[in-house]
Amino acid sequence: MNSRTTTFLKLAALAGVLAFPAFGSEFYAELIAKVLILAIFAMSLDLLVGFTGLVSFGHAAYFGIAAYAVALLTPKYDPASLWLALPASVLAAAVAAFLIGLFVLRTKGIYFIMVTLAFAQMAYYVFHDTPVGGGSDGIYLNFKPDAAIAGWAPFDLNEPHHLYYFVVGAMLFVYALLKLVLRSPFGRVLVGIRSNEHRMLSLGYATFRYKLAAFTLAGGLAGLAGFLYAVLFGFVTPEYLSWHKSGDVLLMVILGGMGNLVGAIAGAVALVGLQEIFTGLTKHWQLLMGLTIVAAVLFMPGGMAATPARILARINGGKTNE
Amino acid sequence: MDFVSFLIQVLNSLQYGLLLFLVASGLTLVFGIMGIINLAHGSFYMVGAYLAFALTSLTGNLMLAIALGLPLAFVFGAILEWALFSHLYKRDHLEQVLLTYGLILIFEELRSLAVGDEVHGVTIPELFSASIPLSDNLSYPVYRLVISVVCLALAGGLYWLIQKTRLGMMIRAGSHDRDMVKALGIDINLLYRTVFALGVALAALAGMLAAPISSVYPGMGSSVLIISFVIVVIGGVGSVWGALVAALVIGFADTFGKVLLPDLAGLMVYLVMAVVLLWRPEGIFKKA
Amino acid sequence: MSEVLLAAEGMTRRFGGLTANQNVNIALERGVLHALLGPNGAGKSTCINMLSGDLPPSEGTIRFKGEDITGLTAYQRSRIGIGRSYQRTNIFPKFTVLENCRLAAQSRKPRPWSLLTDALRMPDAVERARAAIAEAGLAGREERVAGTMSHGEQRQLEIAMVLATDAEVLLLDEPLAGMGSEESAQMVTLLNRLKTTRAILLVEHDMDAVFAVSDRITVMVNGQVLESGSPEQIRNSPDVQQAYLGHEAEHE
Repeated sequence: MNSRTTTFLKLAALAGVLAFPAFGSEFYAELIAKVLILAIFAMSLDLLVGFTGLVSFGHAAYFGIAAYAVALLTPKYDPASLWLALPASVLAAAVAAFLIGLFVLRTKGIYFIMVTLAFAQMAYYVFHDTPVGGGSDGIYLNFKPDAAIAGWAPFDLNEPHHLYYFVVGAMLFVYALLKLVLRSPFGRVLVGIRSNEHRMLSLGYATFRYKLAAFTLAGGLAGLAGFLYAVLFGFVTPEYLSWHKSGDVLLMVILGGMGNLVGAIAGAVALVGLQEIFTGLTKHWQLLMGLTIVAAVLFMPGGMAATPARILARINGGKTNE
Repeated sequence: MDFVSFLIQVLNSLQYGLLLFLVASGLTLVFGIMGIINLAHGSFYMVGAYLAFALTSLTGNLMLAIALGLPLAFVFGAILEWALFSHLYKRDHLEQVLLTYGLILIFEELRSLAVGDEVHGVTIPELFSASIPLSDNLSYPVYRLVISVVCLALAGGLYWLIQKTRLGMMIRAGSHDRDMVKALGIDINLLYRTVFALGVALAALAGMLAAPISSVYPGMGSSVLIISFVIVVIGGVGSVWGALVAALVIGFADTFGKVLLPDLAGLMVYLVMAVVLLWRPEGIFKKA
Repeated sequence: MSEVLLAAEGMTRRFGGLTANQNVNIALERGVLHALLGPNGAGKSTCINMLSGDLPPSEGTIRFKGEDITGLTAYQRSRIGIGRSYQRTNIFPKFTVLENCRLAAQSRKPRPWSLLTDALRMPDAVERARAAIAEAGLAGREERVAGTMSHGEQRQLEIAMVLATDAEVLLLDEPLAGMGSEESAQMVTLLNRLKTTRAILLVEHDMDAVFAVSDRITVMVNGQVLESGSPEQIRNSPDVQQAYLGHEAEHE
């Protein structure tokens, strides 16, 4: 695809998303909001997996920690202030990522995969086994955060449309932020680390600090996704931190094609879309999901994302592009 | 804690740790020799447990069920290696993670389709159904001791297999240097298939042995999978002896964690892992 | 006498029971191309790895401009002006030549917090990268993808990357390995030009090249320095002839 076609497709998709609430049903608006939140989640992981070369298998921890943070910050009979709850939740996830990153970034390769998983499991059991967040039953978020500043409310998250556009805005913000980050000197170093960390060290880069910063940023953005998810659905369970959730988001990144922000978004669309289609077909939808994944790996090396791009490239006769 | 309860917890720790070793040993071998991350390894444990349930219902005896189930599991493993895993050796870790993650979903749903989602019990063979009284009101079930003894015997057998046999020589060579195995003129495909099938059989056996005490339930593979990974990583990827030591450490940490810090029981295992990896980022028995 | 930039005193490295380097003394001076010779397994790689910070020494002191830097890591040494190239080509194969060198140059002023800056438009880093590329003889090839270039060009790129970091000390691990005679000759010219303002340590197998360009030669055998001196001195040393050069020296 040449870049003009890509830009056109991106804008068309954005226009569709923006216009949707005016025409579509509330059910599908919520589904789109869910996809967009998971797209944020997937993009945050892609910063690690696709751009820095850090395969984290515990990214759900930061998603879940922020989700619990907003639930715990919300009083029982009152809404919390959005302007307090949102930064606090994101910060909680980022701080957790920073502290865990201090440990896990000492390991490499398969050990890194497993240690990130282990720390996520620890976080999972904290919420699962202790009464902090209602134990294994989880916790309800009785009120969505209040956007009022000194009595004036620019929007109201209880309004489905307002919440929808808030999520769209958050997704665009994360996309733009990551685009900037990846273009900046910092982002170039991350990509260099993925390509050849040893050489980056010998060129004078303190790669550990860069990786830690990336891990913290990715954790914070996963936290933003977790915050929005909790607000959208109104409850939080330990399953938000489970390794299945970490596996799902990794799946989105890989299916979408690593190291490609739009791919991460496409991966989220594909995964949720497949889930919706398969659950409509059978109670045993996970079987179809599993078969799809196995087939994708066996017959489409390079990820599903490479396939449509290849087809489109043939149609356009141009080179592939993000 | 008085001495008798302490003794019981020690025996439980040993039994749990040794059972985990059966699962983890196969995982670490497949890891170390073929370089494959197999998330579906926990499913083999689940398959074993359900095989024990089905075959016990059929034959009326768990021991008979194991005798029948073990070769079935081995053949199942060999077929799986031939059909799927042999295509994964040259793929990167991420694709392996992805494919085997898909396999977990498939195995779980096939299990659900075949036997449903109910929890099933498996009766302990009459021969081992007694308990040994340890004090006035505390006793220890013979069957748990049997599990420990069987697992210990298997660990010994594995030691013999790896240290003293030709297959073991190939395994040791393979986990050290893949090219050397080829240079020695060993049929690498056959070696891989055998090791993989052996791993599947060991995991399934663990599931069969555990079936009467843990009962048979959906998702039982997942929990054991993650713990086994922890063991493999703590022990050092590819090291069977590392896996044995790590499995026992985890057995004790988990069992005593549940007794001493019930609120944080789930955490203990991962805490141990974090501490070990801080001390040795590549496991206790890191391969040079 | 010229200025000593990097010096090792009593540098020793043990791996378990094996002593890979024993009591090695070496001094690199500005304007001097210092070659490190020795048969395989003599400890040349261990030596260069300790100088660059890739490997901590078991004993001994390493000084840069008189200051003790033994405890500094590889990236810290790079920051103060010690650059190295690798025996096996160690570049970013998927990046362009310019990006390889630009990343190297960026490391001098990393500015990780300026997230709004477009890295490709940081003038100082880009300029320094272009200058390094030109100095290494790769001008005109800035936009080539590094991994698609010839082996010789990739070796040149290795050096360009070190130059882009403004290194005063160049630790070059077999820069001539695998090069054809024409490429070798170009590289030798390049090295001669580079040494005027820098100190260079050259680990090399290629005898002819070593004697052609080096001002000083240190010969290592079995982890120890056998002899150190001018090329003439080394050529005529009976110890060196016996231990290493063998009949090759008689040839000349």
